[in-house]
Amino acid sequence: MTHPDPLLEGDLRVLAPDDDAVDLYERAPCGYLSTTLDGRIVRINQTLLEWLGRTTEELLGTMFVELLTAGGRIYHETHWRPMLTLHGSAREIALDLRRADGSTLPVLVNARVVETTSGERLVRTSVLDATQRREYERELLRARERAEASEARAMELARTLQASLIPPKVPTVPGVEVGASYRPAGDGAQVGGDFYDVFEAADGDWVVVVGDVRGKGVGAATVTALSRYAIRAAAMRDALPSAILRELNTVLLHDATERFVTAVCMRVQVVGEERVRLTVASGGHPPALRTGPSRVVPLSARGTLLGVVEEPVLVDELVELRPGEGLLCYTDGLTEARRGREVLGVEGLADVLWTHRELPSVDLTEAVVEDVLAYQGARPRDDIAVVHLRVPPPLPGGEPPPSGEA
Amino acid sequence: MDVLQRHNITLGGRADGQPMLFAHGFGCDQQMWRFVEPAFADTHRTVVFDHVGAGHADPAAWDPQRYASLDGYADDVLAICRELDLTDVVFVGHSVSAMVGVLAAVREPDRFARLVLVGPSPRYVDDEGYRGGFSRADIDELLDAMDSNYLGWSSQMAPVIMGNPDRPVLGEELTESFCRTDPEIARQFARTTFLSDNRADLSRVTVPTLVLQCSNDVIAPEEVGRYVADTIPGATYTHLQATGHCPNLSAPEETVEAIRAFLAAA
Repeated sequence: MTHPDPLLEGDLRVLAPDDDAVDLYERAPCGYLSTTLDGRIVRINQTLLEWLGRTTEELLGTMFVELLTAGGRIYHETHWRPMLTLHGSAREIALDLRRADGSTLPVLVNARVVETTSGERLVRTSVLDATQRREYERELLRARERAEASEARAMELARTLQASLIPPKVPTVPGVEVGASYRPAGDGAQVGGDFYDVFEAADGDWVVVVGDVRGKGVGAATVTALSRYAIRAAAMRDALPSAILRELNTVLLHDATERFVTAVCMRVQVVGEERVRLTVASGGHPPALRTGPSRVVPLSARGTLLGVVEEPVLVDELVELRPGEGLLCYTDGLTEARRGREVLGVEGLADVLWTHRELPSVDLTEAVVEDVLAYQGARPRDDIAVVHLRVPPPLPGGEPPPSGEA
Repeated sequence: MDVLQRHNITLGGRADGQPMLFAHGFGCDQQMWRFVEPAFADTHRTVVFDHVGAGHADPAAWDPQRYASLDGYADDVLAICRELDLTDVVFVGHSVSAMVGVLAAVREPDRFARLVLVGPSPRYVDDEGYRGGFSRADIDELLDAMDSNYLGWSSQMAPVIMGNPDRPVLGEELTESFCRTDPEIARQFARTTFLSDNRADLSRVTVPTLVLQCSNDVIAPEEVGRYVADTIPGATYTHLQATGHCPNLSAPEETVEAIRAFLAAA
């Protein structure tokens, strides 16, 4: 011994005689096997045989794939062998080995192609018992499934909540076409703050409102619900939209919420056969767009946003619509649509509206939303709520719809 | 995105040669052809590509609906032919791509001169009067393993290189993506592949066809290869000494020889 290490002398050496290469191989704490390049077993250690409940005689000369389950066989042929052939090694492959008693042993294997002293190329494979790791993976999988289920529930909840914040169906208002569209931001996983409502406050006296509660999520949703009901209640007492919005402002200030709201509110009255009178008030909301005979005109939209100051400035504006004319109310999800650095803006939206002005309201709101989505080329970054009112154009008897006349 | 990028198409061989289109099977990517394709570079225009969902194909092109059946893959093959204006094509399909080629050739027979099917199987699951080599339970076990043992499969799919000192640096670059697939995509590709049944399409093939069958192929056993050759009208059957399912890797010379002999035969 050239290396007189006292530890290897005497008793310790007797206690730890771990120098038998054959024993190191046969009783290693992991399984070993060697196969020919095409997978025929030429050597296998005692540890692996014990794990499998097999004998050397049974396995020598058989194909390694025969020890695998069907899934493992497919994997072996479609991945493992190509990897070994092209790269000479494969690492941390999870497989199930079949034991003699029919049970399976989850293992992790590493393999590499080696050239033996006789020049023959073989695949050496080490096999680690992965029973506990597999259990751990199952735990992780269960955790992932739970997370996915809870995500799905949250999504479902958001959708249900969202659906409760807008009318399930736009009511039919005599003498006026009313169309409405709504799109949640992104994939709809979060409740948005945009809302609209159309309801009859008194006989033949309709109220239309489009609003936007700042923020998203459950917090915004509660304020949305609060706003919607405050508006409905106020509309029963007050005739003027400015008074309705003032009432909403008071409710928001009394509520502990930090959130503010913008809204456009209008009363709709059909006067005579073909005229509709709108009284419109805006609380910090983007201007409603009126489609006249020759162009789109934004309303003045003077008004303070709601839920911030005690005495908001709110004014009523009178608008009269004649046959074929319309009014579009929307949230800033439309006007703030972006393409690169460009923002659509009110003017851009007015152009979109003008192209679709001859559509019935129900189709118009959808067409406008689709155009704006196409403009930003993606799912909406912000919620979009849009309502359009139109006095139906006169239908000339016997002639096709009024698209030809101007 | 054009078809070339979408499928990470590599053109080789002679620009004026007869086109030879190589399609890889379930598992890896166009690297599966690296020992075979060069053998035809002197005589043919060679085209290798990655199926969507494999190798360096455009990940954005993945569409679970489109690739829920092999027809989606056959559409891609035809799109590649159209884009590159390939006619008189020798289509060489390995494993599941053998059936992809069958579907493409049934749809546009005039485009193809020959089909070379390496380890084909029209149906992997046994059926009455038909032995595919797997029971439905086997395939369910595979799909289940891919579903439940997702960590295992992802690490299995992950690039598997370990220093092989005598491989050139090029090897490392290749191995980066080799056999790596998004587990989600791998699951669906496995489902589409192993639950497919294209037996009825075989008899509709009118293009001269070669079936290359390996010995001891646990995925497409000899019986299945014979079935394919017997059902495709006039098909040639060649039995290879190569074992396993990937003779294009394990025995490229024998594979090339068999294909050459078939192409040389009138």
